[in-house]
Amino acid sequence: MSLMSWGMYPKIKNAVYQYDNEKILSQIIKEHNELIPYGNGRSYGDSALSSNIINVKPHDYFIDFDEESGLLHVQAGVLLSEILESFVPRGWFLKVTPGTKLITVGGAIASDVHGKNHHVEGCFSECVKEFNIMLSESESVTCSNETTPELFRATCGGNGLTGVILDAKIYLKKINSKYLNQTTIKTKNLKETFQAFEKYLDKPYSVAWIDCLAKGDKIGKCLLMVGDFRDDGKLDYKKKSQISIPFNFPSFALNNWSVRAFNWLYYGKVKERVSKQRVDIDTFFYPLDAIGHWNRIYGKNGFTQYQFILPKEHSFQGLEEILKEISDSGKGSFLAVLKLYGKANENYLSFPLEGYSLALDFKIEKGLFDLLDRLDEIVVKYNGRIYLTKDVRVSKEVFEKGYPYINTFRQFRKENKMDTKFQSLQSKRVGI
Amino acid sequence: MSYILIIGAKSDIAKATAREYAKHGYDLYLAARNAGELEEFANDVTVRTQRTVKIVELDILDYKSHQAFYEQLAEKPLGVISAVGYLGDQEKAQTDFDEAKLIMDSNYTGVVSLLNIIAKDFEHRRSGFMVGISSVAGDRGRKSNYIYGSAKAALTAYLSGLRNRLHDAQVYVLTVKPGFVATKMTEGMDLPEKLTAQPEEVAEAVYKAQQKGKNVLYTKWMWRWVMLIIKMIPEWKFKGMSI
Repeated sequence: MSLMSWGMYPKIKNAVYQYDNEKILSQIIKEHNELIPYGNGRSYGDSALSSNIINVKPHDYFIDFDEESGLLHVQAGVLLSEILESFVPRGWFLKVTPGTKLITVGGAIASDVHGKNHHVEGCFSECVKEFNIMLSESESVTCSNETTPELFRATCGGNGLTGVILDAKIYLKKINSKYLNQTTIKTKNLKETFQAFEKYLDKPYSVAWIDCLAKGDKIGKCLLMVGDFRDDGKLDYKKKSQISIPFNFPSFALNNWSVRAFNWLYYGKVKERVSKQRVDIDTFFYPLDAIGHWNRIYGKNGFTQYQFILPKEHSFQGLEEILKEISDSGKGSFLAVLKLYGKANENYLSFPLEGYSLALDFKIEKGLFDLLDRLDEIVVKYNGRIYLTKDVRVSKEVFEKGYPYINTFRQFRKENKMDTKFQSLQSKRVGI
Repeated sequence: MSYILIIGAKSDIAKATAREYAKHGYDLYLAARNAGELEEFANDVTVRTQRTVKIVELDILDYKSHQAFYEQLAEKPLGVISAVGYLGDQEKAQTDFDEAKLIMDSNYTGVVSLLNIIAKDFEHRRSGFMVGISSVAGDRGRKSNYIYGSAKAALTAYLSGLRNRLHDAQVYVLTVKPGFVATKMTEGMDLPEKLTAQPEEVAEAVYKAQQKGKNVLYTKWMWRWVMLIIKMIPEWKFKGMSI
């Protein structure tokens, strides 16, 4: 059995290793190189792909919860969705959650994920008190930002390249409803979009869906959705049944015209400039989780997500150029998600920095990587960076320009003999 | 509170089922051999659901101990779920009768011994439900696993009879026939994705079917039709096949 990532590209052969306990895990690490931990397979590219994969997901025990402080101790294979199922009814929610709940806690740390509240709460690592990790020296250690800051900063956002996270203690936050008040703002162009983000900065959650096939003076038009939890005491959160895409769509199903039609419908269904809705947690945070295997929509050749971020001072100009380039190429993207981020943290490879990030999905097809190379040039020109968790093709040169701590990370791996033990296709490509 | 007794509680299906019932507000007795190994799991269920989870030692092959096992449960369970199962080694079992007997006793004899005792109590109390995890392997004997399959066939027949007997006492019996399930038992086998269920799917289906009072459940659902077709193949044709 070979494992794939969410993008279903590339498809490679790999050996999958299971472990029942730390002793077996340390033996696996001792005996093999080119190892990479794998959670629920939701990273898009090749950050969790290697010839030797360590399967962490079966390790899904809840260990402890402290009602006073909201500190939850779980094994690394626990899914965020499982945490929600157990704790939303008791009035607790994740401090930081990405746009899917179908990732493991270990994966959330390794990608140092962020969500719609990055401008307020920062990355996932901000809610991590400590974790246990099995390092290349085959011993497990407890790591926190206070006691072992180097290991913490290398591991959070380190894409599994420092070892296997075994379990973690994370803080949850109190909520008093499973519903949010959402405000949807419809904008006409990029300038209005930026103004809307600034105007609603005090809202804890915000994200924009952007129509990246719009042309001319409509470039950058979007639906900005901002929200905050309600306070109505309604907490009866239950797992919803999901529909599932049963097989890969033919690859022609997604083309310029079908995406254009989707975007037109999606944008057009919102009539007013500013409208208000009451939505639940799943609709607000995890709209795509309602459709199982939605990655199959892109066909058997797979897809990738291109996510970059530009420092705030260059965001407007850079985004305008990039959106124009995409629009001219005619390559469609259903989901183009724009967000204004808060300040960067100190982790060596965490993606966020203060500025605007755009994420776009593309099916893998001829000419795509050429387009993405051209986008890379614009990103580099404006001192931006690419998100490893989504990436499957960025070059070493482009990647390293975006991350000032990259040599600290490389050095740390080398000193701790992690650089040969833990490797992914991605780490080899970008030289980390 | 109301307890559910899960026997063979170390299996992946049993664990997923335990979490499912606890999620719906039931307390649990988890019974297995070397039950101490279940402590971390019991804690997991408690942290997830705030339910009480008690671990009880049970050797399904030690028939004489079964009466005492059931008597020691201070509060009698509302329902029992048997997830006892041992796939064994078919080739070995063909020549080594000890292996064949172990497969038969684990999957059938031991379960009958214990369920007889519980059935008597439920019948007397005129309440309760019993869930037996059998297998599609019991629907027709095939060369790749017919010792296991024959034991499961016996279990299926036993559960069917039990359902018939307990009907008047309003005790419900559910026979579960999982097809392929991604568990430790099937680790390393190359299973077709569309026909393979996750233990959590089986657990959800078991809970729903039991609550609705269904009699026989196939998981995934298409196994009902797969097995119907396999059962319809005439014996003269079937005997030459490799499926």
